[in-house]
Amino acid sequence: MKLGKSTREAFGLALAELGARYDDIVVLDADVHNSTRTEYFAQRFPQRFINVGIAESNLVSVASGLAASGKRPWLASFACFVMCNAFDQLRMSVAFPALDVKVVGSHAGISIGEDGPSQMGIEDVALACVLPNFTVVVPADEASTRQAVWALAELRGPAYLRVGRPNVPVVYESEVPLRLGRANCLRDGRDLTIIANGLMVAAALEAAEELARLGVSVRVLDMHTVKPLDHEAVARAARETGRIVVAEEHLKHGGLGSAVAQSVAEQCPVPMRFVALNDTYAESGTPQDLLRKYELTAADIVRAARSLLQT
Amino acid sequence: MSDNDALLIPRLREKALTIRRHIIRMTTKAGSGHPTSSLSAVEVVVALYFGGLLRYRAQEPSWPQRDRFILSKGHAAPLLYAVLAEAGYFPVEQLDTLRQIGSPLEGHPNMRRLPGVEASTGSLGQGLSIGLGHALACRLDGYDSRVYVLLGDGEVNEGQVWEAVMAAVKYRVDNLVAIVDHNGYQQTGPTREVLDLDPLPPKFAAFGWHAEEIDGHDWSAVLRALRSASQRTGQPSVIVARTIKGYPIHQLLAEQNYHGKALTPADAEKALALLSGGS
Repeated sequence: MKLGKSTREAFGLALAELGARYDDIVVLDADVHNSTRTEYFAQRFPQRFINVGIAESNLVSVASGLAASGKRPWLASFACFVMCNAFDQLRMSVAFPALDVKVVGSHAGISIGEDGPSQMGIEDVALACVLPNFTVVVPADEASTRQAVWALAELRGPAYLRVGRPNVPVVYESEVPLRLGRANCLRDGRDLTIIANGLMVAAALEAAEELARLGVSVRVLDMHTVKPLDHEAVARAARETGRIVVAEEHLKHGGLGSAVAQSVAEQCPVPMRFVALNDTYAESGTPQDLLRKYELTAADIVRAARSLLQT
Repeated sequence: MSDNDALLIPRLREKALTIRRHIIRMTTKAGSGHPTSSLSAVEVVVALYFGGLLRYRAQEPSWPQRDRFILSKGHAAPLLYAVLAEAGYFPVEQLDTLRQIGSPLEGHPNMRRLPGVEASTGSLGQGLSIGLGHALACRLDGYDSRVYVLLGDGEVNEGQVWEAVMAAVKYRVDNLVAIVDHNGYQQTGPTREVLDLDPLPPKFAAFGWHAEEIDGHDWSAVLRALRSASQRTGQPSVIVARTIKGYPIHQLLAEQNYHGKALTPADAEKALALLSGGS
């Protein structure tokens, strides 16, 4: 698959477009705008860009005040810092009053590489999903990130958008509209469904190809919206294919896998497997080495699928 | 004291008495709440709402050009509710529903349920940041609205308060006024013993705020400090209001060992009688 831009780069570019379109968009930064790529917005709209310094708690609550006074703030920092450091502020200042604050966590997952586990957001999706009123989106590539930014701009309410550091394979050759809460079916199949998001969508497509060569017909769903989850697509996958593998670059507990499992259990229980970070912190290394070592590759999805087919 | 204040202060004193009665009655009826933390800040909040400082429209709570008052020390909700009711945001009778199921007068303020509440607070430390956000939004809109945030003295233990203090100076947010209700007590004891931050004004001043300390029960001092803070340009202001927890019935409360508790009906009667006798 062709390599495209990183999702953080796509986010930064889309946010600047958004700023040109709407003058009530305000962007907040905790001094990482060159990493999160909110720098593109900052360069074009300095009056609407606020860098509060390395202070994530203040970052979130200032955004809350701006939203309560009618602005549409977007704040961005590393996924681990904004979600973990400022969780009570997200709870009290944003989720509880259901204010229109868009929270963007960059450098999510272990694919940030060499900077190591202290910088890796691997708990962020679980933390975002547990907050009432939050919408949670994990786009797969450049084009879908741009779509996600525009879709979230239309949403009035709190949301979390997860983006990553490395350049990622192009999943969408053209701009397919992203509808929040509606999975994209990228490939249809009968024997098994792989539900993935983020950079695991490309891995899922690759795994589906490999499984096809083995005679297995695989459906692939890009579940970009973890919350609200597309329960209908999950139920159809369970009913029509009978087996589900969930793949995500996040801890196994509390992320996409947990959300899908809950939905499957309530609607149509079928055997499942989970390709995710298994209750551990990672380490420094190249993104590729890390994804291999922590079993987040197409080969790992294939292995999970084959074990599921034996049940 | 100006001639106007000679007329104004007796009116404010009367209003404060009404507010204090509400606070005692509603918390005693609810059987819980924080009457003592509410009583200490009555003068400051009454001066804001009824002393001509805060510009608001009770019938149009979201009027964009309004001034904002944010109760960061959310546990003093009975004070906020009593003031909002007296200001006309909702009927005074509704104060009787404090803390009851179905009532929008929750234990801590919920901006989604009650008109006039600018922020949902109760997790200490967030209100000044929220106020800063409001102040920045008003500036972007070209409004001269001012934002007043009432903090507790225990609350300034929270690191986030100082994050907001620093950022407000960076952005020269002069439409932001912080008021610290320095009643000297926090949950488990005197602030001096739990985490001593005295003297507070120089700490704010060192970050670039205009800071002053006043007697928070002296009407002239409260009015003068609020007026001066509301006129300041180029920097944010803080007023450290030295107050007495439970004022002016603190003696009765101390004798009966009331710390953050509602009064029993019998003691509430005594307190109301004391209020009517003096103040």
